[in-house]
Amino acid sequence: MEEKVKRYNAGNFDVIVVGAGHAGCEAALASARMGNKTLLLTISLDMIAFMPCNPSIGGPAKGVVVREIDALGGEMGHNIDKTYVQMRMLNTGKGPAVRALRAQADKDAYHRAMKYTLEQEENLTLRQGLVNELIVNNDNCEGVITATGAVYHSKTVVLTTGTSSRGKIIIGELMYSSGPNNSQPSIKLSENLEKLGFSLKRFKTGTPPRVNGKTINYEETEEQPGDRKPHHFSFDNRNEDYLSPEEQLSCWLTYTNEGTHEIIRNNLDRAPMFSGIIEGVGPRYCPSIEDKIVRFADKKRHQLFLEPEGRNNLEWYVQGLSTSMPEEVQKQILHSIKGLENASIMRPGYAIEYDIVEPYQLDNTLETKLVHNLFTAGQINGTSGYEEAAGQGIIAGINAGRKAQGKDPVILQRSDAYIGVMIDDLVTKGTLEPYRLLTSRAEYRLILRHDNADLRLREIGHNIGLISDEKYLDYQKKKQNITREINRLNTTYINPSKKINEWLLSRNEGELKDRISAASLLKRPHVTYQDVLQFIPESENNLSLDVIEQVEIELKYDGYIKKEQESIDKLKRMESKKIPKNINYEQIEGLATEGKQKLSKIRPKTIAQASRISGVTPADISILSIYVEQGKMKK
Amino acid sequence: MVEMITDFDTIAAIATAPGEGAIAIVRLSGEDAINEVNSLFKGKDLTKVASHTLNYGHIYDPSNSEEIDEVMVSVMRAPKTYTREDIVEINCHGGVLATNRILQLVLSHGARLAEPGEFTKRAFLNGRIDLSQAEAVNDIIRAKTDKSIEVALNQLNGSLATKIRDLREQIVDVLAQVEVNIDYPEYDDFEKVTRKLLLTESNKIKQKIEDILSTAKQGKILREGLTTAIVGRPNVGKSSILNSLIQEDKAIVTNIAGTTRDVVEEYINIAGIPIKLVDTAGIRDTDNEIEQLGVEKSRKALQKADLVLLVLNSSEEMTSEDKELLELTNKTNRIIILNKSDLPNKLDKNSIKSNNNDIICTSAKTKEGIETIKQKITDIVFGGVQSSQQNILVTNARHISLLNRAKQSLNDVLDGIEKEMPVDLIQIDMKRAWDLLGEITGDTVQDELLNELFSRFCLGK
Repeated sequence: MEEKVKRYNAGNFDVIVVGAGHAGCEAALASARMGNKTLLLTISLDMIAFMPCNPSIGGPAKGVVVREIDALGGEMGHNIDKTYVQMRMLNTGKGPAVRALRAQADKDAYHRAMKYTLEQEENLTLRQGLVNELIVNNDNCEGVITATGAVYHSKTVVLTTGTSSRGKIIIGELMYSSGPNNSQPSIKLSENLEKLGFSLKRFKTGTPPRVNGKTINYEETEEQPGDRKPHHFSFDNRNEDYLSPEEQLSCWLTYTNEGTHEIIRNNLDRAPMFSGIIEGVGPRYCPSIEDKIVRFADKKRHQLFLEPEGRNNLEWYVQGLSTSMPEEVQKQILHSIKGLENASIMRPGYAIEYDIVEPYQLDNTLETKLVHNLFTAGQINGTSGYEEAAGQGIIAGINAGRKAQGKDPVILQRSDAYIGVMIDDLVTKGTLEPYRLLTSRAEYRLILRHDNADLRLREIGHNIGLISDEKYLDYQKKKQNITREINRLNTTYINPSKKINEWLLSRNEGELKDRISAASLLKRPHVTYQDVLQFIPESENNLSLDVIEQVEIELKYDGYIKKEQESIDKLKRMESKKIPKNINYEQIEGLATEGKQKLSKIRPKTIAQASRISGVTPADISILSIYVEQGKMKK
Repeated sequence: MVEMITDFDTIAAIATAPGEGAIAIVRLSGEDAINEVNSLFKGKDLTKVASHTLNYGHIYDPSNSEEIDEVMVSVMRAPKTYTREDIVEINCHGGVLATNRILQLVLSHGARLAEPGEFTKRAFLNGRIDLSQAEAVNDIIRAKTDKSIEVALNQLNGSLATKIRDLREQIVDVLAQVEVNIDYPEYDDFEKVTRKLLLTESNKIKQKIEDILSTAKQGKILREGLTTAIVGRPNVGKSSILNSLIQEDKAIVTNIAGTTRDVVEEYINIAGIPIKLVDTAGIRDTDNEIEQLGVEKSRKALQKADLVLLVLNSSEEMTSEDKELLELTNKTNRIIILNKSDLPNKLDKNSIKSNNNDIICTSAKTKEGIETIKQKITDIVFGGVQSSQQNILVTNARHISLLNRAKQSLNDVLDGIEKEMPVDLIQIDMKRAWDLLGEITGDTVQDELLNELFSRFCLGK
C-alpha cells in the first residue's frame, strides 16, 4: 500500500527532531534557539508534551533534573511553572541534598503551553507527520522520509519516539497495536532501525485507571494540600506569581485493603503480567498493583494517591494502582477501596510494550555509534519518566545542533548533573528495565542539589547560547553575592557576651568562651543565618533568599561538601585520561576475556568510564591505562 | 567507585626486603604522604622542611603517644621524585616488628598499602620512566592478576569474609531505609531512620569492626608476633632446630621490652613473620637449660602459645612423656617435628594420633625438613597463601587498612550524629564504610544498593 505513496522533496533543515514528547520538545527548542533551522515532526499535534501517565513533574532526583534543564536554558521548568495546580517541596525534614520540588500539572494546559511555545519559536517548524524511514548513506544519517512521502534532508536527526515504537497496549485478554493513550504507533521506523543494525529490546510500562472526580467520596480519604511557601522550578520565575494553597488543587490519600488484594489474587490468571502475554521487562520501582500483591504478599495495604489531571477536568489519576487487569476486574478493584466505592472509570489502566534502542549503542553525546549524525533521547533509550526524557532531550538537541554547526559536543559528567549521571549510566552500564533516576544513583548528591543547579550549569547554558546575557548577569551577580557573604561571615567575629550566651543557652547550644567567626556560629546545628544577624551587622548587599540559602548550605555542610569535592577532583583526573577511539581491545595482552568483551562492546571514552563498566576489573583498568600510556609514548 | 579513584591516593609499603639488613625503609607516595607522616613524627615540621632532606626524629603512635622507633625521614617533593609525586621514606632500624608497626600506623592514618609494582606503575603513568621499564611493570601487574584471584578465592572461604558480609548486611539495612525515605518520601509504611537509630546501629557496627581488627589473626601476629612455644623432652634437639631455623633465615634477633619490666621477650623472624618465643629464656644459650623445660614448664607455655612446635626424637621409641605432650597439644595449633631423621627410625609414626600434615621429619644435622617447617608456619599464619616477597603482607595489610578506613568512616558517622547533621548526609559516610568493606570481600556489585531497595520495599505508582 504505502509503497505507492509518491515521494517528494519537502525541504532542507539543519536538525530534524522526530517526536514531540518531553524529549522532543526540549531537543527541538534547544536546537532552534541555538540558531539551527529545525524541524519538529510528531505523529499528532494534539499529543505535544503529552503526559500519558501521572499528572506530575518533579520529585526526588527528577525535580533536580527539571532545575538542571532550566539552568541550561530548557523549557520544562517554565512550562510547569505556567501550568501547575499544586506545588510541594518534599523531604523538607531532611538535608539540602535531597530536598525535592514536585508539581501537580494541568495536563491539557501543560500540552497547550508547550505547543504554543514551539509554535512561536523562530527557526522552528512544527509539523504533523509519521516518520517511516531514515535516510542513511555511508553510515551517515542525512534526513527522514514520512508516511505521506515527504523527504526531508538535514545535517543531523534526533529520534525521540517514546513508547510509540511498535507499541502494544494490553488490558486483560485484550492486546492491540497502539502508541500511548491509543495514539497511532510507529511500526516502520523500528523495522528500519533493525535493518540499520541496531539492537532493540522490548520494555513494558503501565498506567492506572482514571476515574471521574464527581464519583469519589473525598470524605473517606486524607487531604494532601500544596505548600503555602512559594516555590517554582525555573530560576527565572519570581515568588510573587505563586498560587496560594487555596488556589491550588489538593491530592487525596487512600489505601488498598485485604478485600482489594483478595480480588486481585482471585483474578491473577487473567493478569497479562502473569499469564505470559507480556514479554517486555517492567520497572521494579514502578510495579503494577498485581505485581505488588504477589511480591509483597505480607503487606496489608498499599497507599494510593488520587491526583487531579487538571482544572476544568474531572479525570482523576489513581496513583499506586497501575494495572493491566481486565477492565471488569479494574472496576471491582476500585470499588473495594475506601472513597472509591462508587468511582466511575473514565479510562481503564493498561500496560504498554514498546521497542527501545539498547543504550550501550550510544556515545555520551547521545549520538549513536553505528550511524553518525543520528541522536536518540528519551524512552527510546530505555528510560522512564518525563523529566528523564526531557533531560536527555536537551542534551541530544544541543549536541545535534552543535554538530550541525561543526562544534564540539557538550558532555555533562557525573559530578556536573543528574543528567550526566543518567546518560553515563545508560551508555556505560545499559539498563535491564525502564531506567528511572533515583538520588542513590548519584555519588555526589550533596553537590548535585536542586537549589544550586544554576550555579552548576548556567555557565554552560550561556556558553552554548541558550542562556541570554541578561540572565547570565543575574547568575553572576548571585554567585558573587554568595562568595562575598561567605567571606564576610568567615572574617566577621563575635565576642562572648551576656546577650549571645543567654541566647545560645535558650537554643540548647554551648556558651561562647572565646571569640568565634560568624561562620562558625552558623555551623552550629540550631543556628540559622537569620539568628546570626542578631549579632553581626546585616550585609550591605541586599541579599535574596536564594543567596542566603546557598550561604547557609555552603557553610553548614562545609565538611561534607569538601569531602565530595575532593573525590570529584580525583574523578575528574581519571576522566581526563582519554582512551584512543581506534583502540583494539583484542590486541591488549593480559585483559581478562570478560573485560575485553565488555570494553569492545561499550567502547568507553575515558579510563574513568571504563572502570564503571561491570565486569571490568581493577586489574583490567591497570593494564588498560598502561597500554594507553604506552601508545602515547610511541608517538 | 571507591576502587576507581585509587590511582591518586597515598600508597605505602616496606621498600626493603623483609627481615634483612639493619635498616628498613617504609616508603609513601602521594599527595598526603608528607602530611600523614608528619602527624606521626616527633621532630621538625615535615610540611615545612626543604625538599630532598633527611630529618631526624621519632615515629610515635598518636593514639597513646607511645614512641615506636628512632628514625630518619627523607622528604622528597613532587615532581623530582621516582613517582613524580611527593615521596616520604621512613628509615627505621627496629627490625621486622617495628617496621611492621610503622607500616600499620601509616596505613591506619590514611595511606593504602601499595600493590606489587605500584610505585613503578605510578612512575610510568606520570611519565617518569621509559617504555622498556614500563613493559616490566605490565608484567608485574599481569602476574598480579592471577595472584589476586587466588587471594580472592581464599578470602571467600574465610570466616573473615562471613563476618564482613554480615556487617555489610547490617549496614545495608540502614542504608536502604535511608534511601527509601529519600526517594519515596510520601510512602508512610517504612520506618523513618532517625539519628538515634543511626547512633545505635553505627556503634554496633563500629564495635564489630574493632573486634575483627583486634582478633584478625594475621594482623595481630604482625603486630605482636606469633606466640610460639617449642616443647619436647630433654635432648630431642629443640635448640638445634631453633638454631637451624634462625640461621637459615639470617634472622634479626631483637630484644624488646615487654609489659613487665623483668620479662624480656625474644623475637625471631621466620619468613617475614615475627615469632615470639615464650618462656624460653636462655634457650639458645645453654643446652643444660633445656633440661628444665620438662612437661611442667611446657604446660605453662602452652597456655599462651598461638603455635606449638612439638619436637620428638625419631631415633627413640615413644615415651610416656611424649604421649603426654601429644595429648596436651592436641587442641592447639601445632607442628609435630620428628627430629634426628638422619638416624635410624625407631618411632612408629602411625602411633601418633594426628593429622599427618602436621608431622614433619627433620634433621637439624642435614637440614632436612627445615624449609618444610617454615612453609608450615607460613601456611598457618596466612591460611594457605603462598609467601613470595611482600605478597603475604599485602593480603593481610590491605584488609587491615580497609577495615581501619571503614572504622574511620564510622567515626565520621558518629561525628555527624554528634553535630546533628541530617540523616542523608550522615549516610554518605555510612555508605563509604559499606563500600570499603565490600572491597575486602570483592562484593561490589553494580546497583547493589538499588537492588536491595527494590527487593525490600514495595514502591511505585
